[in-house]
Amino acid sequence: MVEHRRFGNLLPHLVLLAGVIVVAFPVYLAINASTHDNSVIANGQMPLYPGSHALETYWNTIVSGAGKTTRQPVGGMMIASLVMAVGIALGKIAISIISAYAIVFFAFPFRMTAFWTIFITLMLPVEVRIYPTYKIASDLHLLDSYSGLILPLIASATATLLFRQFFMTVPKELVEASKMDGAGPIRFFFDTLLPLSATNIAALFVILFIYGWNQYLWPLLITTRDDMQTIVIGIKKIIDVHDALTEWSVAMATAVLAMLPPVAVVVLMQRLFVKGLIETEK
Amino acid sequence: MEDRAIFSNKLLAYLLVLPQLAVSLVFFYWPAVQAVWQSFLLQDAFGLSTEFVWFENYVALLKTPEYYHAIGVTFVFSGLVVFFSLAIGLLLAVMANHNIRGVQIYRTFLIIPYAVAPAVASVLFIFMFQPGLGMIARALQRYGIDWNPVLNGTHAMILVVIVAVWNQISYNFLFFLAGLQSIPKSVIEAAAIDGARPVRRFWTIVFPLLSPTTFFLIVINITYVFFNTLGIIDTATGGGPNGATQTLVYKVFQDGKVGADLGGSAAQSVILMIIVVILTAFQFRYVEKKVHY
Amino acid sequence: MANVALRHVKKAYPNGFEAIKDVDVEIGDGQFCVLVGPSGCGKSTLLRMVAGLETVTSGEIDIGGRMVNQVEPADRDIAMVFQNYALYPHMSVYNNMAYGLRNRGMPKGEIETRVQEAARILELSTMLERKPGQLSGGQRQRVAMGRAIVRQPKVFLFDEPLSNLDAKLRIAMRVEIRKLQRRLNTTSIYVTHDQLEAMTLADILVVMNAGHVEQIGNPLEIYQKPATTFVASFIGAPPMNLITLRESGINLGFADAGILGVRPEDLELANGATPAGGVAFDLKVEAIEKVGAETYIYGLRALADGQPAVSEKPGELPPGEILVRIPGQKGPGIGETIRAAAPREKLHLFSADGRKRIGL
Repeated sequence: MVEHRRFGNLLPHLVLLAGVIVVAFPVYLAINASTHDNSVIANGQMPLYPGSHALETYWNTIVSGAGKTTRQPVGGMMIASLVMAVGIALGKIAISIISAYAIVFFAFPFRMTAFWTIFITLMLPVEVRIYPTYKIASDLHLLDSYSGLILPLIASATATLLFRQFFMTVPKELVEASKMDGAGPIRFFFDTLLPLSATNIAALFVILFIYGWNQYLWPLLITTRDDMQTIVIGIKKIIDVHDALTEWSVAMATAVLAMLPPVAVVVLMQRLFVKGLIETEK
Repeated sequence: MEDRAIFSNKLLAYLLVLPQLAVSLVFFYWPAVQAVWQSFLLQDAFGLSTEFVWFENYVALLKTPEYYHAIGVTFVFSGLVVFFSLAIGLLLAVMANHNIRGVQIYRTFLIIPYAVAPAVASVLFIFMFQPGLGMIARALQRYGIDWNPVLNGTHAMILVVIVAVWNQISYNFLFFLAGLQSIPKSVIEAAAIDGARPVRRFWTIVFPLLSPTTFFLIVINITYVFFNTLGIIDTATGGGPNGATQTLVYKVFQDGKVGADLGGSAAQSVILMIIVVILTAFQFRYVEKKVHY
Repeated sequence: MANVALRHVKKAYPNGFEAIKDVDVEIGDGQFCVLVGPSGCGKSTLLRMVAGLETVTSGEIDIGGRMVNQVEPADRDIAMVFQNYALYPHMSVYNNMAYGLRNRGMPKGEIETRVQEAARILELSTMLERKPGQLSGGQRQRVAMGRAIVRQPKVFLFDEPLSNLDAKLRIAMRVEIRKLQRRLNTTSIYVTHDQLEAMTLADILVVMNAGHVEQIGNPLEIYQKPATTFVASFIGAPPMNLITLRESGINLGFADAGILGVRPEDLELANGATPAGGVAFDLKVEAIEKVGAETYIYGLRALADGQPAVSEKPGELPPGEILVRIPGQKGPGIGETIRAAAPREKLHLFSADGRKRIGL
């Protein structure tokens, strides 16, 4: 903004404030609801300020779950989600970084074929191949297992592309100097390339962790046992019971717990997150 | 990618790409091929024998009114979500670009929706819009609007649109902000000296220069609406009432659960695959090239 | 009437830094004023304040007799050529030039006339449909000027427009800008760090340093009678030799004189006596540079005790070293002793702190 009007700065603040309210209100409401007794909520009389039932509600939620609906403490669900999210993030990073490494730094027959094979998977989000993929996972006995939750989601062309782009900016001279120092490809990878890639890996981890934690469709299909549920699926089951029987305070507490890790990660690692987001979409 | 390849250790190279290729083949290509193959098959009523029927499944699909209905729903849903989430994201980005104090704080809040899972976001809004006890639902009742997304198809659509828009604001905000910050300040100053007031400057200079970002975000947002909103729909409306919120992807999901028409379900998947391919191709060929300076 | 006046103009930033410390400049209608100085001296800031792109902390800026401190850039009737041209990348050359006129609601026919005329003057007529991305640096620079010309503003503002061009193009464009300005007779303010550009373009030269004005005048005046040692060494290349009187044992009869200045081109190789009232140096030749048309001789004076042999400031001759510039290609050999002399009227005297000129 070039102009220097005295009240020129008021408008941006107002609009941004309005935006923040719209964004934060649903979240605040959920936090608020989780601190009240369920009957108060069901009667439509929940006040806008927090109540006193926080400890009780959260304890119930984490330890004993919503009684009739999930038969599963949310605490367990969070662990399942955590394992899945971290597994997906680490898995994706691991296999993409070595693929990108091979494609950029090695000369081998069918190199470009390998690249294109990986690249094309960009065009196949899990939702379009859901049932055939399910059948295959089932045939491989992967139902209701962490491997089943994680494996089908880890091939990630976006991560490979990101690493490839980054590796291409590494000066050739660095590799040559390394070779002259007697380092083979494995040494080079661990001693030089990996440290150089540290920020990219961290940024990618943030994005992929959120991606993994927030998965819905795939975990829904592949897990049937209660103790394998992730928290994002668990929520659906809690409110699935039509209306009258929903324990809203527990549902909201679950929602808050479901939001906590990814939101915390994004807020605390904001810079890395934004970097990761922008890099992966180029 | 020409002469950067330096190591000639072929075995190692194959070992390195093996994991990703293996997962891609097993969990991407094989299911995709299966889907395509199955779309050409017709199972008999008992699931005992199958017959190769070329494109019959596709033709049958295009004759089903529910399919067209789903196409319509998807169009309306995408149109509304893309328009509103882009407009709001752009507005917030323009305001945040004003070099005011505290931009970091605003930004921190505005990226929260991105971290919330679509299904969880849905739950948050269901809570507010639940007839009877939801805050906003009751307010609507007070104004005489009989709000009920369980019975009213339009209300259901409005609900899922709101959730999807809320979920996508962060993404669009961040990218628009980055795009705005990449416009050289001197071009804006030159326009100001050339007599253009802020509003005119925005539409004649800023918005056109933002077009690569805008196109990019349109494609991404469409992809999001098509594929990532399944969690929202499943949690909020279950596709109803009467298919009012049944998008193409949701239809595949629902039809597959019932498991009756394998061929038809596969055909739907293949059509969706083609749409993704077109969208991705469009993104890579046209959007990546349109940068001005 | 499009004169520009800056009266007691000051600019301070919120953190306390004073970018501009009390500047007074009067520029007459149709004059070409150049603001010159080293990086960071505030010349661009001052220009941007005239444009309205920076605020004025105190003082007054007048354009055409009207105070414009609170007036937005769009309403000041000015046009600016930016260092990186700032062309609108998505518009054709024609539209780049027409944009400002359209914003003011000018009828299409008149816009067409003006743009075509400017294009003709700047030899852009064949490129009107192209976009900036398809033009060379010099062509873009001309489009930036075209955009300014069509507006027929009261004042042209130039912010180092030639810095991004290669040397040859810079010289050619320099002349073009001057010719254009004379033809249009528009008041112009031009910012540059290049003293040669400043000398060749200016009607009025404003030499700036660290936020304040060192001297204002026409270029030759400033060259002949620099007001401070800063101006003396900034204007004119190679820079003037500055000698601290106390250490060199030269006495010219002025009690408050601290520094003697004499330009390399004003020194001649003398054989015998010192010219009456002038000075002469016995120098041992350290280095010779022959550039064809002239020869530069670097000679060392006998050092007083305790004087360091290397200069503190980079780019300055070490104390005791004098640069002599003689025409032609013949010069002494290295190691020879020569005598360089200058007559009284070519000498410049300054106070010990260099801030005041003492009349000779």
